[in-house]
Amino acid sequence: MKKSPAPYVSTTNACKLCKPMGACLAFRGIEGTVPFLHGSQGCATYMRRYIISHYREPMDIASSSLGEKHAVYGGEANLKQGLQNVMAKYGAGLIGIATTCLTETIGDDVPMIVRAFRKEMGEAVRSEAIPSLVNVATPSYSGTHMEGFQAAVRAVADQLADLRERTEAVNLMPGFVSPADLRYLKEILQDFGLKGIILPDLSETLDGPAAQDYEKIPPGGTPIQQIRNMGGSRATVELGRTLSKSATAGKLVEERFGVPLHGVGMPIGLRETDGFFQILEEIRGVPTPEKHRAERGRLIDAYVDGHKYVSEKRAVVYGEEDLVVGLTAFLVEIGIQPVLCASGGRSGHFREAIEEVTRDILPLTPLVREGVDFYELAEEAETLSPELLVGHSKGYHLAKRWNIPLVRVGFPIHDRFGGQRILHLGYRGAQHLLDRIVNALIEKKQADSPVGYGYI
Amino acid sequence: MSSICEEKLNLEEETEGVDPEVLKKELLEKYPTKVARKRAKQIVVNKLASCSEGLEIGANVRTTPGIITQRGCTYAGCKGVILGPTRDIVNITHGPIGCGFYSWLTRRNQTRPPTENDENFMTYCFSTDMQDKDIVFGGEKKLKAAIQEAYDLFKPKAISIFSTCPVGLIGDDVHAVAREMREALGINVFGFSCEGYKGVSQSAGHHIANNGIFTHVVGLDDSVKEGKYKINLLGEYNIGGDAFEIDRVLEKCGITVVSTFSGNSTYDQFANAHTADLNTVMCHRSINYVAEMMEEKFGIPWIKINFIGAEATAKSLRKIAHYFQDQELSDRVEAVIAEEMPEILKVREEVRPRCQGKTAMLFVGGSRAHHYQELFKEMGMKTISAGYEFAHRDDYEGRKVLPTIKVDADSRNIEELEVTPDPERFRPRKSPEELERLAQEGFEFKDYEGMMRDMDNQALVIDDISQYETEKLLEIYKPSIFCAGIKEKYVVQKQGIPLKQLHSYDYGGPYAGFKGAVNFYQEIDRMVNSKVWNSLKAPWQKSPELSAKYACD
Repeated sequence: MKKSPAPYVSTTNACKLCKPMGACLAFRGIEGTVPFLHGSQGCATYMRRYIISHYREPMDIASSSLGEKHAVYGGEANLKQGLQNVMAKYGAGLIGIATTCLTETIGDDVPMIVRAFRKEMGEAVRSEAIPSLVNVATPSYSGTHMEGFQAAVRAVADQLADLRERTEAVNLMPGFVSPADLRYLKEILQDFGLKGIILPDLSETLDGPAAQDYEKIPPGGTPIQQIRNMGGSRATVELGRTLSKSATAGKLVEERFGVPLHGVGMPIGLRETDGFFQILEEIRGVPTPEKHRAERGRLIDAYVDGHKYVSEKRAVVYGEEDLVVGLTAFLVEIGIQPVLCASGGRSGHFREAIEEVTRDILPLTPLVREGVDFYELAEEAETLSPELLVGHSKGYHLAKRWNIPLVRVGFPIHDRFGGQRILHLGYRGAQHLLDRIVNALIEKKQADSPVGYGYI
Repeated sequence: MSSICEEKLNLEEETEGVDPEVLKKELLEKYPTKVARKRAKQIVVNKLASCSEGLEIGANVRTTPGIITQRGCTYAGCKGVILGPTRDIVNITHGPIGCGFYSWLTRRNQTRPPTENDENFMTYCFSTDMQDKDIVFGGEKKLKAAIQEAYDLFKPKAISIFSTCPVGLIGDDVHAVAREMREALGINVFGFSCEGYKGVSQSAGHHIANNGIFTHVVGLDDSVKEGKYKINLLGEYNIGGDAFEIDRVLEKCGITVVSTFSGNSTYDQFANAHTADLNTVMCHRSINYVAEMMEEKFGIPWIKINFIGAEATAKSLRKIAHYFQDQELSDRVEAVIAEEMPEILKVREEVRPRCQGKTAMLFVGGSRAHHYQELFKEMGMKTISAGYEFAHRDDYEGRKVLPTIKVDADSRNIEELEVTPDPERFRPRKSPEELERLAQEGFEFKDYEGMMRDMDNQALVIDDISQYETEKLLEIYKPSIFCAGIKEKYVVQKQGIPLKQLHSYDYGGPYAGFKGAVNFYQEIDRMVNSKVWNSLKAPWQKSPELSAKYACD
């Protein structure tokens, strides 16, 4: 295997975002929640701006707006005042507090401050009108937005989940997927006759309808009452092969309440989706509904039809680790050669996961790079003559430089319209991805030909 | 005799009789007492200039925790706003990855390198990507290595370092590192202590950035550009290509722009800025202090100009011509205005019947909320409420209040540079006699009277508006259009009111100068006359009798 080049000291054109941003996204997927950053107000502003430019939806994040004085003496008073103000004006059901590098560096003890705040609020906290408070430590000098996202999901489970009564519900931790993916996952669960508790659920909160009456906190998101009874569900399904083996929300609910955990890869492409449906069949004890079997059949039909356009094409795939693993599984199925699978993340499970999903099809594991930025990615990829890029908008400059198509997936997408509606998961998502990839390659072929063939 | 001050509202028609004082009370109602007291100072019902004695607004004060604000941080103001549009300096963010990532190229600030081979680092995002161990053991070593690496890979003219929150907290000395690397590499390396927690908003970051450029770059290159009338354009950031249009107009008039701070700018332009003969200031907030320092150090006078709005553009051109006291220039300026105006008037007349009487609100920036009122006025639209995100009192009330502004702990945090005349480069551009003559002709230097003076009686002026106040305002005033940024865009549009982004122009533009005015008229006409919100209700919801009838069937 090719040796990794000498690592650079600095990060040039990063392929990852910061930890508190991931936490804010996860909090946004819980009903009635206002994400709250304990730190300088710039963090909230930057992250809001970034998230909004992808989703084109409102995204409020409150901040404790610390100044120099607080950096020296601690941010306790600001955090408490901030929580009170959010409570007064937002009618939040939950405030999700994430720390930032500022408050982690000065060592503010947020769990302690929150406990003190609860105590000060006294009786009021026990009343239903007062929001729940969940806190998570997200220093951005340790891990990426995905670690922040998963940490927030785990913190929610840790601080809210309980066992009130046994139910037939299934907990589903989907990871960071699009609102379109989440709507489709709900449809699948419903078709199986399963009641799902999807944590988090961004499907409505970050892709809501135009409404006559504006609500400060958008409707949708995982109902808090359901989270409170996650311990009573009959099973948990957690998506993502690179998740920490010990510290996930699913693992926590299993250990604390005995809810059996099924970990599967993000269901992208045929085989990973088969694995997902199989688990649903097991849990529910019924075969996959006809509608989805038909979609699977159509997908295989399309694999056959599209093969001549995509076979042996050399692709570079980048983004969050679980997404890249899923995409790689899909790409090798359709006959594309992923010459480089890259991520800014560093979970430690990336290479192994890529091996697992390519083993059946490829004689050799593709080149895998974790913890890379786009500068390193470009250096490496340049020697591999890629013909296609699959990833988010930040790879555009490479697509332009190499004059190859970029099929946009994941987050962030800020140079195309409708990023929040891209479907990646399941048989239907694979169908969409296949269509888009085939058409991107055809378009390139047409654009490169001086003749102007209109029949390809 | 009843004074004009007590006369009825002159915005009564546009606001359908809403009493702004009552509205103000309503805005404050839900706040806890202490917060309400603070916000009360920042929400002001405007009065005509002649009656504005004692009218004062609270500005440049800290945002209350938990109140969702438009404001960003000091780092954002320094790295993103001021140095963001400069293309040939390698800007390294010293900190964890987020800050660098979020300030990585957008289409907001445009740039135009003369050839493909000219350096352009704007598409890059350099970061030291600090990790746990850097926070614990210090990040200076990593920073040095990163600077060396950037130099080895890109050989830039200059490298600058931007500090994020943890840097100041762990005590990394970015300035010492800069000095050391400057000597080691033989290129200009300079650092900014622009930690996010400093100051009350990005305005502090603008100040830190401009101080840094003034200290480390301006005055390094004495070569004098060709051109008879040489000016600098200060506080113009080339949003949506504004600077390109302004350059076009100025060039047509025969006026040479030596340096723009900092739209479409380069390192060499900054180094050479002291050779211009006049500083023209667009955004007073972000740069008036640089104009002051350049006058002190190099003898370049400054005037306030505004290229937003066709009439304002014409007025600004005439003012520049007036300064140079040259008939040839004045004739040329008049000829350019005469040539550009017909197209503008044509489009203006076209859109006016559809826009007349509609209302606008502007909550943005440190100058835009003021400047864009010009364009709305030209279209026959009224501004019923406006405010800045990060401006200071002088931007609202005019420079006359400068001596009375209290210096608080946050302002003291930002270094005020001691500037003295440069022994070699100081050169007064006008003799005392010339200045006397200009004064007699009514020409004013350093002339910024602020936004409130240009606004209507009873218009509501709100500093650092919060999300909550925005929603209330929309609910009660129902303006035809709301101008702010992307954070507000979808909140406002969900309520059925179009939002025009004036930070990024929604990636449209230019809106400055003459061509820009035409673009703006057409864009606003499209937005305020959109019919899409009529479709919110489905046809069957619109005619209840029909659905009732079906229900009975």
